[in-house]
Amino acid sequence: MNVKAFFLTLWFVICTSSVVAQGFAGLGQSVDGYALPKPDKVFTFPDDHGAHPDYRIEWWYLTAILNDDDGQNYGVQWTLFRTSLDPDGTSQVWMGNAGITTPAEHFTGERLARGGIGQAGVTTEPFAAWIDDWGMVSKAGVGDPLDTLELTATLPNASYTLDLNANGPMIFHGDNGYSVKSNSGQASHYYSQPFYQVRGTLNLPSGDVEVSGLGWLDREWSSQPLDADQLGWDWFSLHFDSGDRLMGFGLRDANGQSFSYASWITADGNVSPSNDLRITPLRWTNVVDRMVPVDWRLELPSQSLDITTKALNDDSWQSTLFPYWEGPVFATGSHQGRGYLEMTGY
Amino acid sequence: MISAGAHALWSYWARHRLQLVVVIIGLALATGLWTGVQAINAEARASYDRAATTLGQTQFSHITRNDAPLRIKDFVVLRRAGWLVSPLVQGTLRGTGIEVVGFDPFTAPINTTFPDLSGDGDLSKFLSSPGMIFAHPDTADLLPENVPPVRILETVPPDQILTDVTIAMSLLKRDTLSSILVLGVQPERRLPLVDVNAEYIITEPAQRSDMARLTDSFHLNLTAFGLLSFAVGLFIVYSAIGLAFEQRRVLFRTLRALGLSRCSLMYLLASEALVLATLGGGLGVVLGYIMAAALLPGVAATLSGLYGASVSGSLSLNPFWWLIGFGMAYFGAAVAVSGNLWQMSRLSILAPAMPRAWLVAGAITARLQAIVGSFLILLSLLLGIFGESLIAGFACLAAMLLGAALLVPLALMSIVSLLSRSSRGVISQWIWADTRQQIQPMSLALMALMLALAANVGVSTMVGSFRSTFTGWLDQRLASDLYITTRTSAEAVAFQEFVSADVESILPIVSADVRLAGSPGQVFGIKDHEIYRAHWPLLESVPDVWDRVAQGDGILVNEQFARREQLWTGNTLKLAADFQFEIVGVYSDYGNPAGQAFINYEIFEKRYPDITPLRFALNADNPSYLRDKIVAEFGLPRDNTINQQEVKAFSMQVFEQTFLITNALNVLTLGVAGFALWASLTTVVGMRLPQVAPVWALGFTRKSISVIEMSRSLLLAALTAVLAIPIGLGLAWILLAIVNVRAFGWRLPMELFPWDWAQLFIWALVGATLAAAMPIRKLIKLPPSELLKVFANER
Repeated sequence: MNVKAFFLTLWFVICTSSVVAQGFAGLGQSVDGYALPKPDKVFTFPDDHGAHPDYRIEWWYLTAILNDDDGQNYGVQWTLFRTSLDPDGTSQVWMGNAGITTPAEHFTGERLARGGIGQAGVTTEPFAAWIDDWGMVSKAGVGDPLDTLELTATLPNASYTLDLNANGPMIFHGDNGYSVKSNSGQASHYYSQPFYQVRGTLNLPSGDVEVSGLGWLDREWSSQPLDADQLGWDWFSLHFDSGDRLMGFGLRDANGQSFSYASWITADGNVSPSNDLRITPLRWTNVVDRMVPVDWRLELPSQSLDITTKALNDDSWQSTLFPYWEGPVFATGSHQGRGYLEMTGY
Repeated sequence: MISAGAHALWSYWARHRLQLVVVIIGLALATGLWTGVQAINAEARASYDRAATTLGQTQFSHITRNDAPLRIKDFVVLRRAGWLVSPLVQGTLRGTGIEVVGFDPFTAPINTTFPDLSGDGDLSKFLSSPGMIFAHPDTADLLPENVPPVRILETVPPDQILTDVTIAMSLLKRDTLSSILVLGVQPERRLPLVDVNAEYIITEPAQRSDMARLTDSFHLNLTAFGLLSFAVGLFIVYSAIGLAFEQRRVLFRTLRALGLSRCSLMYLLASEALVLATLGGGLGVVLGYIMAAALLPGVAATLSGLYGASVSGSLSLNPFWWLIGFGMAYFGAAVAVSGNLWQMSRLSILAPAMPRAWLVAGAITARLQAIVGSFLILLSLLLGIFGESLIAGFACLAAMLLGAALLVPLALMSIVSLLSRSSRGVISQWIWADTRQQIQPMSLALMALMLALAANVGVSTMVGSFRSTFTGWLDQRLASDLYITTRTSAEAVAFQEFVSADVESILPIVSADVRLAGSPGQVFGIKDHEIYRAHWPLLESVPDVWDRVAQGDGILVNEQFARREQLWTGNTLKLAADFQFEIVGVYSDYGNPAGQAFINYEIFEKRYPDITPLRFALNADNPSYLRDKIVAEFGLPRDNTINQQEVKAFSMQVFEQTFLITNALNVLTLGVAGFALWASLTTVVGMRLPQVAPVWALGFTRKSISVIEMSRSLLLAALTAVLAIPIGLGLAWILLAIVNVRAFGWRLPMELFPWDWAQLFIWALVGATLAAAMPIRKLIKLPPSELLKVFANER
């Protein structure tokens, strides 16, 4: 889950610095009029792949961990955020974030658009999410529209085109897609497609690179995401060599406490939600004048998991309107694997 | 010993408080003048830059389409093709004359006028109906009641309001965009424009208007004045510090005789100069600020006349001015002190006791100065003839001024010598000889006076020439009553039909971007019409110039092009291998940096069939009424409709303001120079007792001596003023014919204003009288015992 997006998009409507200074106080109250996630929600597709304008925030969030023929590793991010400026959903703002990470470089792209004019949006039949010339477009003839996607983005100095094919089912986090974010009960609707095989081309300043690897799509929407004293979060999506997957996050509050959650996903798509995830920062480094933990220890006793993750590139900083760290990581320990880490609030 | 020396030096100031005040005020005035001019200049430029970058209209290329007006969907199509573009809507709010600028906050280039929408709910209010308007406080009061809620934003140019693009469209009751801006940096991989839509065309950043170019001249004017004030200020600082040295020679001798080492004394004097410069400089910066604040509204009005009220009349305090002010004071003090210290280090311990020897040494200095001065004048000539850059132009100016100033003492001495030949009798011979001797101690003050007067003549001549030339040119160039720019060919067709009944004539203005002799330029097609024949400002032409253009084999080029390429009447200009003309005339085109040419309209049409006219010159009985009618019908932005009378009225207003500013600065410069003269005379009176006392002893009354002294001051001032006039004219000539040509590529004809010189001459005499009055009064009141003392001791 990408809790970050809750913050990011809420920052869009609430002054950044004052929000941080108040420890995000006030977010809990300012939901008046917007729709709220319900535990008994029944998902219907393809409708729920589309936008939910009566909810305050929503995103289509894709990360891919890739490598070329020489074994060189890359990471790619593609995100479309939607924010509703008023509860009746008439005024929508869209924000695109894209990133390409190599061991030595990190490329960032960002786009903004108003809703209602066609510059950005999401359609369900056929499925397409876009902002400007960036797109996440379904190529699926049969089955779920998200099973086959074409993904494109143009960054200032780089671009990419990727084809994604899912070879597993969609995954619903929390309680059948009702994902709780704090002890006070803040929640979102949250599902993923973590089984993408990815193939495509990265157009880098140094030249074009053919890549392949694994992709993960998150879909999430809500109106009242976080508890008042929560400061930021650390979110992992990992593909293990065994074929199993893990989605886990920890939400940090002002007291240094963390609210954590994990979905253990077996290779055939069975999900075990659990609240015993322990995440511990191991190594901090200075990124754009702030200290950020780039290596982590993850423990999930219920799955006998005890791993260490290391960043592909310590400087995977997305210097966008609302900056955050987002980049590929590699896991070693009880399980071997690779995936994505996202950190906000540093 | 050092502390005793320091104490002695300062006790001198304690006893001569007035003199201390004089030195500090001298420094302060010079620093203040320089700082003030710099402050005005910097503020005016900053304001101008702010105005020019409003939403970046002037910096960015824009996209239009050939076949239809632009709509939001064109913007979306371009974005989706990978182009980083932003929509812009501009138009006049009906019945107000206020320009509505609608932009898209998500894609617009960020700049200084970008409103802050980060407040809670701001973005939502801004985007959705009824919307939100950002306006300058002055504009907010003028808005009608039925507009969306207004927020004050100082950085919005007056007479303009900023709002969301969709709100702007509804305010202007239209569904089309004015333009689509192309942001500076584009992704490498984007669809070629022609593949997006073959009807889209991209236009490079709009050339700045003629008016905007002309205001560069105004800035140059101010810059030149800054330079002059620097020279005048430097002289004054130099003389103020120099005087302080001069007057304490006796003290220095005593200190040295008492055993203070030369090194220690020099060290003490240098420290003293540092303290004086700090005090004077600090005071000067404050003075400069006050002066700038007082004059800036005038500058603001001047610039707002040109830019449509875009300059705020308030002054912000810039640390840079403080630095530059202090730098000026320290630099002047350093120059003055180093020269004096150098002289002192070479004089023997007893030499300062002999002021006459010092004055004789002064005559040698005058000759040396004259040699350096002549060399500088020669250098100035060489720079004027062979230099090509703007820097060389300014160097030419500086060398001329400094050289002329250095020549002043010798020139005055020579004139006085010449005049003295006609003198008969002992008394008159004494008067002439004494006058001649007095020139050297007063030389710095006289140089400063000369520079101030020359600056006055030069700047007035330049501004005056500028005004008469430019207004005359406007009369010719904007001969039609109304100039209208439509946005699309469809609108142009509709427009011509719409106005046809109301106008006497309607002339299309059509141009193509071409390369003129290799450089980017424009060629215009013009119809053969009486308006052009009667008014077009031709600098040179063949006798049947207009017939030749009408026949299609003649071309007119602008002065800039002719000068740059050295292609004048009679030469052939090739626009393409199969498209060449004889140049039949050259016209003045002030304000335009690029090359420009005019050919016959039909020839143009045949050669460039794709280009249809969007601009029109109209002649009508009631242009204001017609303009309102056109704006109401087509909702054209303000910049697209130019009423010739308004432009002229604006220009006159601008020049009146410019005159006010230059007059104020002139009076100040003159005041500062008068002050230096006064300080100089005050000192000289004390030093001249050995010369005056014998005359008094021979039977002259103190009163008659005073009359002689006053006449002498007036004579020197008058001679200096006479010298200043040719130097001032030289200065104006360099500004108009060298600096302006190098900066802008066109030359302004110089006009002479003898009445101004007469006034200035009188002012110089008034200044000299005021400056001399107090020292001479002191002489009258001098007790005879003081005069007797001259004979009693050796001082």
